[in-house]
Amino acid sequence: MTKIIKLKKGLNIPLKGKPLDFWISSDPVAEVGICPDDFISLTPKPLIKENEKIKAGSPLFFDKDRPEIIISSPVSGTVKQILRGPKRKIEYFIIEADANIEYDDRFSSINFDSLSPEEIKDFLLKSGLWAFLKQRPYNIIPDPNKKPEAIFISAFDTAPLAPDMEIILKDEAKYMQAAINIFKKLIDVPIFVGLKANKNSVFEQMKGININYFGGPHPAGNVGIQIHHIRPINKGEIIWTIRPEDLVIIGKYIINKKYDASRIIAITGSQIKQTGYVKTILGANVNSFLKDENIIDTNNRFITGNVLTGRKIDRNGYLGFFDRMISVIPEGNKYEFLGWALPGFNKFSLSRTFFSWLNKKKEYVIDTNYHGGERAYVVTGQYEQVLPMDIFPQYLVKAAIVKDIDKLEKLGIYEVVEEDMALCEFVCTSKIEVQKIIREALDLIRKEMS
Amino acid sequence: MEKLRNFLDKIKPHFQKGGKFHFLHSTFDAFETFLFVPNKVTTTGSHIRDAIDLKRTMSVVILALIPPLLFGMYNVGYQYYKAIGQDASFLETFWFGFLKVLPIIVVSYISGLSVEFLFAQIRGHEVNEGFLVSGMLIPLIMPVNIPLWMVAVATIFAVIFGKEVFGGTGMNIFNPALLARAFIFFAYPKHISGDSPWTYGLTEGIKTIDGFSGATPLANAAAYHIDKIPDNLTLFFGLIPGSIGETSKLAILIGAFILLITGVGSWRIMLSTILGGLFMGLIFNLFSANPFMQLSPITHLLMGGFLFGTVYMATDPVTASQTNIGKYIYGFLIGSFGILLRVINPAYPEGMMLSILLMNAFAPLIDHYVVEANIRKRVKRWSINQKNI
Repeated sequence: MTKIIKLKKGLNIPLKGKPLDFWISSDPVAEVGICPDDFISLTPKPLIKENEKIKAGSPLFFDKDRPEIIISSPVSGTVKQILRGPKRKIEYFIIEADANIEYDDRFSSINFDSLSPEEIKDFLLKSGLWAFLKQRPYNIIPDPNKKPEAIFISAFDTAPLAPDMEIILKDEAKYMQAAINIFKKLIDVPIFVGLKANKNSVFEQMKGININYFGGPHPAGNVGIQIHHIRPINKGEIIWTIRPEDLVIIGKYIINKKYDASRIIAITGSQIKQTGYVKTILGANVNSFLKDENIIDTNNRFITGNVLTGRKIDRNGYLGFFDRMISVIPEGNKYEFLGWALPGFNKFSLSRTFFSWLNKKKEYVIDTNYHGGERAYVVTGQYEQVLPMDIFPQYLVKAAIVKDIDKLEKLGIYEVVEEDMALCEFVCTSKIEVQKIIREALDLIRKEMS
Repeated sequence: MEKLRNFLDKIKPHFQKGGKFHFLHSTFDAFETFLFVPNKVTTTGSHIRDAIDLKRTMSVVILALIPPLLFGMYNVGYQYYKAIGQDASFLETFWFGFLKVLPIIVVSYISGLSVEFLFAQIRGHEVNEGFLVSGMLIPLIMPVNIPLWMVAVATIFAVIFGKEVFGGTGMNIFNPALLARAFIFFAYPKHISGDSPWTYGLTEGIKTIDGFSGATPLANAAAYHIDKIPDNLTLFFGLIPGSIGETSKLAILIGAFILLITGVGSWRIMLSTILGGLFMGLIFNLFSANPFMQLSPITHLLMGGFLFGTVYMATDPVTASQTNIGKYIYGFLIGSFGILLRVINPAYPEGMMLSILLMNAFAPLIDHYVVEANIRKRVKRWSINQKNI
């Protein structure tokens, strides 16, 4: 008897530019960029100098605060530049990729069947695969010395314009099973997989996992929401999460003995003429698959990830470490005469204050304009409509603004990360920067606790 | 529009830091954002944002206030011509009321917005849209005979002590419009109670036809003149003496429809307030100790400012309860206390204003217990878990 957890709250933003079931061709990836900011609270220390050669799977940098955490290079080639920003902060490791990828063979003779849990941990850390894991609370790379209560995997994505995960994972069941098996040997905790209700999934054939079905609008596909409904995190507990496509990378290392960071992503957004899927590699320069002739206009924002939580990149920027899509939407840097007073048939809003709500089927082009100035909280009850959790979001954000750690704990800060509350930020009438506020609160608590 | 935009861009530097008019930057900003939605784009967090902003929300409330306002203007003329026993055409009637009501609106906006702009300027904030609604609410809950200077004093008092001392829109505890009315009620009671303030000219002693009293239905009820209360249908359509915007329940329901369909007004508060009112009306029916108590609960809802308060005042999101469960409790208590004060308190027949202000004060307490229940659940889960370890 399968149980379906039906979530009522949430919102599917009807954006134009959904990924079609179409394969976009890609040039060979000539350049790869790794952004250390993709890893929350990590201070990178390079393990290699500019102009040195590196192999795919060889260590690129490590975390200054936790030296055992290593991030490996997804391709082989020459380190072209370690791009630094203000205060010499490292913004990108840019690698010029070889035409034929040469793999690091440190672990080529390893026999995974005979490894002890300690040896598995050692392998995951040294190979750089550990960095694909994330830990709740805080959404950071997990502490290798702490045991989690469970591992959670969300196998579908409900974010705006998100790809169909079944297209991405169609041929990967073998690799994901290998990765699951390794985790089962590493630690004896349940592995929960969240699937979309009423849809078949490759995960249904797999062993060693507990499957739950979720129905409802975004953010039902967020792993944080699924954890909240299956096994909420208590103070002091740890839960690991990992994304299915990263299981594939780990599984490929186990079966093929090489760090193969290729992945399938979706090209989406209202400014893309032909949306679809492309086979590329982690950190790839988007120029390799995003051609000018496929883009409408020039005043656009390029985002690695989805429009709610993704990171802004340049036209020739790089695919993020954990991203499964590139979104291209118009910039909103223009004035609108009496914009707040117009009937607004073309403006999407959760409220029905614009006449657009009369047309339920319409898909919208939404630009990056704020549509108003920041104000103190006036309207209430909006956040509650889009957060399917037993949490009072507005109270949580207010506690975060005043940095009241005791209140934050009691209101459930450990159960959320900023992506879970991205929709609150979207719908906010007062234009409060919810994600930034939540992240700052999480960072503050982590600092105070250590 | 291009020309206007270019003009604004040209004069903008004068109002920015270092410009000679920098001390007027909030004022410039308010007018600029009124004319044009700013070109500001997202930098952190979500790249796209909902099209709604506070200007839009407030415009919807203003729109919802238009039906009671227009009807109120007509009713002012209607009551006047009825009092002097003269026939007047529809347009004459409306025009008469329009000329009497307009100055009150103008005074309310000018006095209130001056304070708002001044404080925004001092604090270096953008001017908040909150007063746009308060400035319209204040005239609608005034009697037509109110002296204009009193409106100005009350408005300035309400904005400064009801709002700005707490930190401005969004931070206030009491509904500013109601505070303005309460100020007049306690400072100048003669001008807002009794039989004369509600019909234009009665306070100046115009000559009325025989038998005209100007008493509101509530005043009649409080005096046990139940036979003088108009029937429910007349109460519903609202050609009766009362505060400018409160008389027509039909017009208020049109406004309520706008607020509910756009999602701007809370249906939870409106529904529970009405249920609270009906509940208390029924309780009084059980006792039936005097003629007022025997009044049908439906008549109670149609008299005085009950419905106006329910739709436009109780739903003010800043001063109401903020949790959904809290909203039900808050509304229910407003409705029941409104009727309770009305019937039990002989000094003042309309309890709705005091009831809402009272619950404004208690709204944070209601929310506290609702949130506390959620916290207790979480803490209990932690402690059970710790025992297992």
